[in-house]
Amino acid sequence: MAFEVDNITFYYEDKKVIDALSVVLESGKFYGILGPNGCGKTTLIDLLLKHSRPSTGKINYKGKDLSHYSRKELSREIALVPQNFYINFPFTAKEVVMMGRYPHMPRFSVPTEVDLELVQDIMEKTDTYQFAHRFITELSGGERQRVVFARALAQDTPVLILDEATSNLDIHHTIRLLNIASERVEKDKKTIIAVLQDINLAAAFCDDLIFMKQGSIAACGNSDEVLNREIIHSIFNVETKIYYEPYSNAKQVIFKR
Amino acid sequence: MTDRLKKSSTQSTLIQIIFLFIALCGVIIISTGLGYIRLSFFDVIKIIFAEITGQESFIKGMDDLFPVIVMDIRLPRILTAGIVGGGLAISGVVFQGILLNPLADPYTLGVSAGAAFGAALAILFNIGFLGTYSVPFFAFIGATLTLVFVIYLSSSGKGLSSNNLILSGIIVAAILSAGISFLKYLADEQVSIIIFWLMGSFGSKTWMDVFLTFAFVCIAFLIFTFFARDLNLMSLGNRTAASLGVDTTKVPLILLVTASLVAAVCVSVSGIIGFVGLLIPHMIRSINGPDNRKLIPLSLLAGAVLLLCADTITRAVLPTEIPIGVLTALIGGPFFCYIFRKRQMAG
Repeated sequence: MAFEVDNITFYYEDKKVIDALSVVLESGKFYGILGPNGCGKTTLIDLLLKHSRPSTGKINYKGKDLSHYSRKELSREIALVPQNFYINFPFTAKEVVMMGRYPHMPRFSVPTEVDLELVQDIMEKTDTYQFAHRFITELSGGERQRVVFARALAQDTPVLILDEATSNLDIHHTIRLLNIASERVEKDKKTIIAVLQDINLAAAFCDDLIFMKQGSIAACGNSDEVLNREIIHSIFNVETKIYYEPYSNAKQVIFKR
Repeated sequence: MTDRLKKSSTQSTLIQIIFLFIALCGVIIISTGLGYIRLSFFDVIKIIFAEITGQESFIKGMDDLFPVIVMDIRLPRILTAGIVGGGLAISGVVFQGILLNPLADPYTLGVSAGAAFGAALAILFNIGFLGTYSVPFFAFIGATLTLVFVIYLSSSGKGLSSNNLILSGIIVAAILSAGISFLKYLADEQVSIIIFWLMGSFGSKTWMDVFLTFAFVCIAFLIFTFFARDLNLMSLGNRTAASLGVDTTKVPLILLVTASLVAAVCVSVSGIIGFVGLLIPHMIRSINGPDNRKLIPLSLLAGAVLLLCADTITRAVLPTEIPIGVLTALIGGPFFCYIFRKRQMAG
């Protein structure tokens, strides 16, 4: 069991952003979180990261209250690919990916052989090694997002949280990175929690889908079971046709214009 | 290939540190010899050596005045200038790193305005219960109170945001500089003392100033070095830094307060000296990249060399002494414009 979220509520200033939300996230699964803009997806992620604390309710991680973990401990457990990423200083792409190793390195030490090899391997897999020595400030939005993704992979944590991590990527790199992610779920029993906008991608890659609306969970369950016309209509207010597509081995959604 | 690259970059940083350190020692000795009474390089070394080892035989046959000039007049001033330069430079590195703004400097949070206001008050009302340390003491109190107020003004439940800090700093500094103008207006004959203090000077510094600044800058340097890696992570933004193990409520506050206190001590001792804290980190970053673990020691040494050279120029090279704050702004300002413009042209 990775996360047990027990009846949490969260207020941002006076606004209730998360409303009596409960969910259980198991280890070794690829979760997709879907929902309209402003439904509290990013807030939920902040709460899972202990970046914010719930106003009421409790979150357990691996059976222990999340608030009892130190920042240091959590940095070895949960990695994040953030939604917006902006950096003002000209670090090289490789330096940024190496920062993912910091939680595993003593404060004043230099990277070991293992760290260097791991970083190189991840950069090759994510197709970022070609600009390893270029400045992150000079890369395009999509290239930068790949570097940030590589950084989170280098952190090598049991849980990886993707907050619209593929929003700037072309389709080749989107699929490439999501494949790396699902490979980690299958091979290494890692847990991935991904906020996604594209319902078809979510259906193709995620084991379970969690639909959010107005700060609480509207529906959740196995991707094949939970994805249907009524749910999509009730959450996004769009008309759809949903069918099983053997080519992607998943349910796919067609939208009415 | 990649290993060698990594190693060679660490090595080149080490070489630069050694080079700057030797340069600093050289500049200290040469500038000690320069001035109204010129001393040779070797005489300076002999005098310093004699003083450290206590062996009078080294300075036999020398004018009795020389050791006094070196030990009591020139060295305290020179060392203070170097330490203040280093302190302002590392404080600048930290401010830029935390506020995620390459244009931030040690005075961004209004520390200089606070110090100036405190000093102006002490000068105007002729407060003298601490002797010659009254003005620096009041400057330090002014700077610290300003810092506390700016942090109070900009803090919210979610921690310190860079925009809020900069904005609060600007507002408070604007109010204080109006206050300083008012104090100048009230002052009669002291107005020139106030103006002179504001422009900065290392004249008539004592060993007490040296030890005071040295202690503060040393402690700050150790703190900054300890958190240098966290400072790197903080440039990725708060959320990411937190997910990489940085305590994003505590660490920025510790660094901000330390950097401001160093700036406050420097300002109290020497008056307002601009551009060192802005320029040095920029220069070092453009050569060595933004890794704070290299940036902090290199900036410390480069800041010391630069400000010491500038002070020596006004003290011993120019026909009349011009205030050091004016000189650094006159040299640093255009130089900054040049770098800035070059960056704009590069895209």
